Amino acid sequence: MNRDVRRSATRGLVASSTLGALIVAGSRNLDHFDAALVAYTFSILFATFGLTYRYSMWLSRPPTALYWRRGWQAFFRRGLLIRHAGQLLSRIGLDVLGNRFIVRRGQLRGLTHLLIMWGCIIAVAITFPLVFGWLHFSPVPGDLTRYEAVVFGFRAFRFPHDSTLAFFLFHGLVWASFLVIAGVMLAMRRRMREGGAAALQRFAEDFMPLVLLFAVSVTGLMLTASYTWMKGYGFTFISILHAVTVIGTFLWLPFGKFFHVFQRPAQLGVGFYKDVGRLEEKAHCRRCGHAFTSRMHVLDLIEVERKLGYRYEIAAGEVEHYQWICPPCRRASFVMAQGLLWRGHRGGSSLPCAEALLPMPTFANRGLGEGPLDSEDAENFHP
Amino acid sequence: MPVPETFEFFIDAGRCIGCQSCIQACAECDTHKGQSMIQLDYVDRARSTQTLPVVCMHCDSPTCAEVCPADAIKRTEDGVVQTARKPRCIACNNCVLACPFGVPKMNTRMNLMMKCDMCHDRTSVGLKPMCASVCPSQALAFGTREEMAKLRPRSKPVNTFQFGAQTIRTKVNVMVPADAQREFVDVTAAMHEPTIGHEVLDDVFGAEVRA
Repeated sequence: MNRDVRRSATRGLVASSTLGALIVAGSRNLDHFDAALVAYTFSILFATFGLTYRYSMWLSRPPTALYWRRGWQAFFRRGLLIRHAGQLLSRIGLDVLGNRFIVRRGQLRGLTHLLIMWGCIIAVAITFPLVFGWLHFSPVPGDLTRYEAVVFGFRAFRFPHDSTLAFFLFHGLVWASFLVIAGVMLAMRRRMREGGAAALQRFAEDFMPLVLLFAVSVTGLMLTASYTWMKGYGFTFISILHAVTVIGTFLWLPFGKFFHVFQRPAQLGVGFYKDVGRLEEKAHCRRCGHAFTSRMHVLDLIEVERKLGYRYEIAAGEVEHYQWICPPCRRASFVMAQGLLWRGHRGGSSLPCAEALLPMPTFANRGLGEGPLDSEDAENFHP
Repeated sequence: MPVPETFEFFIDAGRCIGCQSCIQACAECDTHKGQSMIQLDYVDRARSTQTLPVVCMHCDSPTCAEVCPADAIKRTEDGVVQTARKPRCIACNNCVLACPFGVPKMNTRMNLMMKCDMCHDRTSVGLKPMCASVCPSQALAFGTREEMAKLRPRSKPVNTFQFGAQTIRTKVNVMVPADAQREFVDVTAAMHEPTIGHEVLDDVFGAEVRA
């Protein structure tokens, strides 16, 4: 067992033990812990171990480790912390909670993700505290018309049990499942109709999560239908079926597509890294002389590539490392190398350049979507 | 479905006439609708019409995937290095800057790296990639080695490239002379090669021409 595996397993055990301790504390020594939900609890504890283990292993990869560190360093950069704190809140709101970047990929796609994401957030916010015994409702002593919500053993708020608030609160999982089912249907529709999606998708990676979410939502709704309109018909069987789908989903969390939920916040750190890079010294291509990214980014990539075993060092000349060549000049070098082999076979001749640096290649078509895709491509490719 | 093993991609940039058909066709690919992934540049627009058509070379050991902190770039069992997986890509720009061929593009607004995936929706069902299907000079060609040998007896495909001390092998081939001594293309050795073309006289009816 190597060091990373041992360290990740230890972190996983610490995380699941901490959650176990919080369950004991939050349910007041299991006084408010519902024993019927013990299978859910253990599946979440396992998922916590698995997620922490995988996250830790992911962080041990050279590029992830470096950018994790750099992201935090960039965020806490002296003189920029207040600005970064404001940007953090704004980006969490717009990108994480509002899915702005997904809406830009496609409005229907954005709606699909928003429905699934918010359905899951609502469901998790309700079920986890209930399963852990962190939240329970009890009648207000001496007033049987009102309920009291108790959070982590502390009285939180009271409400009439026949109020609209109570109706919405006690049916929270129903609303959540409506959102999830609508989102899953839209996602399935896209996966079945789009040729591009059909070519790239895999069952385990792309369909399995949708099937699991659908199964959880539908069996959950069946429970509500059973006790509301069918006098509890088949309730025991449905509750076992629901438990199986939910536990299956939890166990799948660390392995499949759901892991992106935990990876995704890394984009916030990357944003600060790139912001700081724009304020710093630029890297200049050693073929054409134009600036194309931050010097810090080039140096970091050289370090990552060395750790990964790549040897892009160039022994002769002033270039030193291929990473100092901008992307357009790499394309030019690649094609010129092929052309060099044809020298003497085909017509044309080299047109010597009087300048010390060669001119930078330019896009044949700079139209939107045909050359650079966005402002960052403009920096990368300096069209 | 995997891309059939017998079908391969062949690039011969020397045949490119810069017509931009590939750019337009690429934008019609289902996996990145409306956005062209092919890279077509002029080497030195002021002095030559030489153009550089570059598609993803689909490396055996893709640097873009290895340097990806989010593990978003996957290589399929048939050797196609796919565009970034949308849920994972965090738009760090590493792949764009690390690709030795300068291929990936970054769509910052979508937080997404995008690149050529060899029209997997087409090639996996036996069709040619969009660019190769429209290229009039077949600078971008897709077919079997036997077809290429028959069509271009003076060429041979090579898929090994040298970048400094690093050797990269790719799924996509480039065409080199059949009698080339080396079985690889030394990219960094050609890094400072100027463009290829013909000297153009300012006065086409000048003394040199009349003489």
